[in-house]
Amino acid sequence: MKKYLLLLFLCAATISVNAQDYFPKNDGVKESNSNFTAFTNATLFITPTQKINKGTLLIHEGKVIASGKSVTIPKNAVVIDLKEKYIYPSFIDPYTGFGIEKPKRPEGGRRSPQYEASREGFYWNDHIMPETNGIDTFKYDKKNAEELREAGFGVVNTHLMDGIARGTGVLVALNDDDGDAARIIEDASGQFFSFNKSVTSRQSYPTSLMGAMALLRQVYYDADWYEKGKVKTKDRSLEALIANRNKVSFFEAGNKTNNLRADKIGDQFNINYVIVGGGDEYEAIEQIKATQARYIIPLNFPEAYDVSDPYAAEYISLQEMRKWNQAPMNPKKLTENNIIFSLTTHELKKVSEFKDNLKKAFAYGFDKTKALEALTTVPAELLGKSDEIGSLQPGRYANFLITSGPIFEEDTTLYENWVQGNKNIINTKDQTDIRGNYTLTAAGKTYDFNVTGTPSKLVSNVAIGETEYPSKLEYSENWVTLSFSNEETKEVFRTTGIIPKQGGNFSGRLVAPDGSESSFNAVRKSDSKASSEENKKETDAPPKILPIMYPNVGYGAITKPKAQNILFKNATVWTSEDQGILTETDVLVKNGKITGIGKNLSAGGATVVDATGKHLTAGIIDEHSHIAALAINEAGHNSSAEVTIEDVIDPEDMNIYRNLAGGVTTIQILHGSANPIGGRSAIIKLKWGEDAEGLKFPDAPKFIKFALGENVKQSNWESYDRFPQTRMGVEQLYVNYFNRAKAYDEQKKNGQPFRYDEEMEVLVEILNGERFISCHSYVQSEINMLMKVAEKFGFRVNTFTHILEGYKVADKMKEHGVGGSTFSDWWAYKFEVNDAIPYNAAIMASQGVTVAINSDDGEMSRRLNQEAAKSVKYGGMTEEEAWKMVTINPAKLLHIDNRVGSIKEGKDADLVLWSDHPLSVYAKAEKTLIEGIPYFDKETDLQKRKAVKAERTQLINMMLAEKNGGGKTKPPTKKERRDLECETIN
Amino acid sequence: MKKATNILLAAAFSLGITAFAQQTPAPVQKEVITITGATAHTGDGNVIENSVIVFENGTITAMGGTEVATQGRVINAQGKHIYPGFIAPAKPLGLVEINAVRASDDQDELGSMIPQVRSLIAYNAESKVVESLRPNGVLLGQITPQGGRISGSSSIVQFDAWNWEDAAIKVDDGIHLNWPSSFRRGRWWEGEERGYKPNKEYNKQIDELKQFVVNSNVYQNDATETNEAMKAMKGLFDGSKKLYVHVNSEKEIIDAVTTAKENGIKEVVIVGGYEAYKIIPFLKQNNIPVLVQHTHNLPDRDDDNYDLPYKLPKLLVDGGLLVGLENSGTSNFQVRNLPFYAGQVAGQGMDKETALQLISGNTAKILGIDANYGTLAVGKSATLFISEGDALDMRTNQLTHAFIDGREISLETHQTELWKRYMEKYSRK
Repeated sequence: MKKYLLLLFLCAATISVNAQDYFPKNDGVKESNSNFTAFTNATLFITPTQKINKGTLLIHEGKVIASGKSVTIPKNAVVIDLKEKYIYPSFIDPYTGFGIEKPKRPEGGRRSPQYEASREGFYWNDHIMPETNGIDTFKYDKKNAEELREAGFGVVNTHLMDGIARGTGVLVALNDDDGDAARIIEDASGQFFSFNKSVTSRQSYPTSLMGAMALLRQVYYDADWYEKGKVKTKDRSLEALIANRNKVSFFEAGNKTNNLRADKIGDQFNINYVIVGGGDEYEAIEQIKATQARYIIPLNFPEAYDVSDPYAAEYISLQEMRKWNQAPMNPKKLTENNIIFSLTTHELKKVSEFKDNLKKAFAYGFDKTKALEALTTVPAELLGKSDEIGSLQPGRYANFLITSGPIFEEDTTLYENWVQGNKNIINTKDQTDIRGNYTLTAAGKTYDFNVTGTPSKLVSNVAIGETEYPSKLEYSENWVTLSFSNEETKEVFRTTGIIPKQGGNFSGRLVAPDGSESSFNAVRKSDSKASSEENKKETDAPPKILPIMYPNVGYGAITKPKAQNILFKNATVWTSEDQGILTETDVLVKNGKITGIGKNLSAGGATVVDATGKHLTAGIIDEHSHIAALAINEAGHNSSAEVTIEDVIDPEDMNIYRNLAGGVTTIQILHGSANPIGGRSAIIKLKWGEDAEGLKFPDAPKFIKFALGENVKQSNWESYDRFPQTRMGVEQLYVNYFNRAKAYDEQKKNGQPFRYDEEMEVLVEILNGERFISCHSYVQSEINMLMKVAEKFGFRVNTFTHILEGYKVADKMKEHGVGGSTFSDWWAYKFEVNDAIPYNAAIMASQGVTVAINSDDGEMSRRLNQEAAKSVKYGGMTEEEAWKMVTINPAKLLHIDNRVGSIKEGKDADLVLWSDHPLSVYAKAEKTLIEGIPYFDKETDLQKRKAVKAERTQLINMMLAEKNGGGKTKPPTKKERRDLECETIN
Repeated sequence: MKKATNILLAAAFSLGITAFAQQTPAPVQKEVITITGATAHTGDGNVIENSVIVFENGTITAMGGTEVATQGRVINAQGKHIYPGFIAPAKPLGLVEINAVRASDDQDELGSMIPQVRSLIAYNAESKVVESLRPNGVLLGQITPQGGRISGSSSIVQFDAWNWEDAAIKVDDGIHLNWPSSFRRGRWWEGEERGYKPNKEYNKQIDELKQFVVNSNVYQNDATETNEAMKAMKGLFDGSKKLYVHVNSEKEIIDAVTTAKENGIKEVVIVGGYEAYKIIPFLKQNNIPVLVQHTHNLPDRDDDNYDLPYKLPKLLVDGGLLVGLENSGTSNFQVRNLPFYAGQVAGQGMDKETALQLISGNTAKILGIDANYGTLAVGKSATLFISEGDALDMRTNQLTHAFIDGREISLETHQTELWKRYMEKYSRK
């Protein structure tokens, strides 16, 4: 008692919500109501796990004074008896745009890209706006507040949803009755980030996801540098970022892999982002768990597709259909893996969908207590506001819900949503429940009259025997209005009557179709619970959930394939080594390595594969690929060494599987050719089913893409403002960057303080021979130029890729020591390939250059064996040498020839079994192994085809049932196939 | 002086290093030529081992085994292979030289329904790209305008000519129609979501097309004013021209065939036909041939079998349709890979001679030039070539001789000249 009094005193003294005592008042007299309100006899949830039966909640001036079993009720308390009713803390949405209008993309036609910032005195990139304060444009939105309150929310966190760094947010109570002075709980509630550019600026950089990542990293580096006082000019963006460092950082990542990307940046700079996910976390739950991050998760479950038109249904991929089936399991999966998460209405078209989707999540097994936590205590915790919101412990805001029963039950009604001590009626709780079965007597006839549904949404049914009379029921302020019609005669009867407080029978006025008035009588027979239980049974049947695959698209596997010990018997073995082509030879694979090559090898427990008449080769290596990536070009700057394709590997790209079916096992995903200095590469093995990390070639040598010619000088599109516009300028750009890199390195080595610059770090690696260049090149002048620039700076160009005029300078290439990775026969698509000839590979090879044949194309890459064969046709290369151009030669160019690229004991068992001579158009890959794991197998593929077809049929039937059952559907769509190549600008 | 120049020129020619001039068209056949000893792949499914083929004045006069007497100049092709010249349909060959150079691009005229626009008069008989197709055995092509709803009229040419009149073997043979799509790409550059969605305009677009066809049909009866577009449609109604409908999806194919037939168009050919395999009985019933998209393509949909493009022609042939191969989706220079597109189908289990028909006999039939071209037969044009090995396999496709209407054409190109020129450079060291 003493304690309570103390609290009471403190509350009254320090936190009085409405106590703007120093404000003058002219429209009346100054007086205040200091009464208490006590809610008694309720089932009271102080927190989701602290349940009090017959509890009391005592509130005063917008705050909880006491909550519990035995609460002393002050004399000046208004007591509200909540017998058989429930009290819960109201919900918190930690991620909304409430009351802060999103800017719109300015109108205007296409223009030459803008490379410079639009602003002065801020960071050099317009998309970095940490100086934005959400409160500056905040305008309380009554309409949206009402929608949110109806869904049970009492407090929302909001911010300006635009840009990569978005500044601070606002934590606001959905309190219509008092002004911002009361309802703003926190006016700088954390910092907000995303990977999406601002719509307000046309500044080009970053054009890609990997660019956005690099930009954010650099922002943090620059903030450190700025904080040390090293920058002489004023940067209000960095100052704001630094000033808000101690606040919670929210990162809108938006999908499972972006979650990991955000987390990675956070790890690098010791920031524990609260990550706003995408609802697809269940597909990568292990990785999500490993981030140890806390999440905010949308309930944006996809609607079913309308598949009633079978032609249109064909467009929908299995992956998309599966999402519909699987996504509602997301909250359950997160819970099972002990991932801390809050829920949000973000990504929903309407707030009202929240309840429906939550119901769906429950049907998929989401725990209801966890759900309540995800809406109350967890968001409060994420916001760092547990002592103010999220529970009904003393001292918290009086933000709570009054319901008719357990909050997430189907037939529970939300009566009131109190915010900061102010009452908001959602459904009147004082109205008598009229649900039940009645006998209705009206105008000489006797009808069966049933009322079902929820108190807020009653459903009526009027019938005589089998004949139904369509009816409409309204019920408010204890008055019932019922109309029903005779379908045959089109006659409409109208009735209205008042319900007695104790319920039961009721009667009132009847207006007959002819306008005559008389009375009606409804006699209550029974409750209508029986029927609602029946409904329950139907909805409780757990939905059929299809298994998640590795990867979770068509042609995935339920369990990841495992390494096998295999003995290939009696094959024609193309070693790509000095031994050449060995006939009738065995190759033994053990523990992922090639352990034996010879005649009559003993299997020693390994599975024997009869390869008689077949050809066994090393897996094909594609030096120049753009498959399996979410972005290829960061085209916003003429140098983009700071970006890396490793940040955007896409392990779900179907082209991985298709490449495997063409015998490809290792690829280099190169950055595109938009810039003279491109981005860093990713070298991956095509381990279909592994995640991005799992695909990476272990300890891969470091590479970067450079590019020359028409693309970097932007000859073929409308762009006249970016340096360089000529090949002359390209040279100067390199010279300038390498001069700067040298100076940077010297500064660093001398122990002087330096601004960490990711771009320069990468260029220094090149100067020091730690990173290799693969340079997109066409004409001889530019090829020669880059070799000379490299020689001047004391390094060597590793590879010229495309190198279509390499044949003109093969002798110079040999002398410089650079390899060539070329197309077999492409030309004529632009001016600089006018002299490209299919004899190029053969000529370069004849002069001693290490030559590879590459694809730069997701289709050609699955037939690189045929492309190699073209060098036999054009230029008369031997078949053995031609084959090396897609195996050991690219391995050499990538500095991975000690591990892959040939059939040699001790090397990785990356092998392909071909049905025929591998250089022949008639050859098909029958098995493709990576490290002894069969990632493609002709027979397994046939099973997968059947499985894809069967699962599609199953899902289509499920969606048809959904539609026929009245579920919402959306029109079919198809993902756009984005065949990325060098020139793709995204 | 004149003489000296000639000698210099002759020397340069013999070295093959006079780069940058197109090959000179070959003179008409003056003497009778006999090719002996080769395996003749006749393009109609048959093979003659150890064959003898005689041609005179551009026409095959005798063909068979060793019982056929040799005449005139004899080419011993023992161990080699003979094929009819391959035919590339539905390509803007010679209408664009360098894709990225706008000034060299004449393939797509403004306007939606412009059948009167004729490819032939813009055909560059001296295209270096066209020249580069010949050493792989591609000797004929259907020069096809691009874009719009009705792109224009194509013509069929041979690839060794001084000018377009010389080149033409069938003038204004067909009209090319790009059928609307029931799904369309989201215009993400305009703020729509990426990806494909139902095209709400589909029915309207079909109706616009129908209106044009119906009006064109009526126009042929009596017209008060000249309308070149409608005039150009005439051949479609009397069967003298074919309608080439570029269309891929199942529903669209059905709509296209039904609409064309209902509106009096006699001869319809499907070009593309990615989903034609799903409606084989329908196409068979309507007697519709398919120029199916080439095999070196990715599947359109993620869930499609990885090898669907490889085996697509086989599925159609197995279903009993008349099928040829087209590669309208790729750059012109890729046409030289036509033989290998057919080879790819043989890799899927199709008989090699059947695969060959996809780029020879069948295509000639579909294009309506089979009286003279596409197969090796007595009375037909001596448009053929000799290869060291199997011409459908890049490993062995190696031409030694090629003839168009009996004229022995050069197998040199801008590219072979550069090859020789730079090998010569390195040999000087």
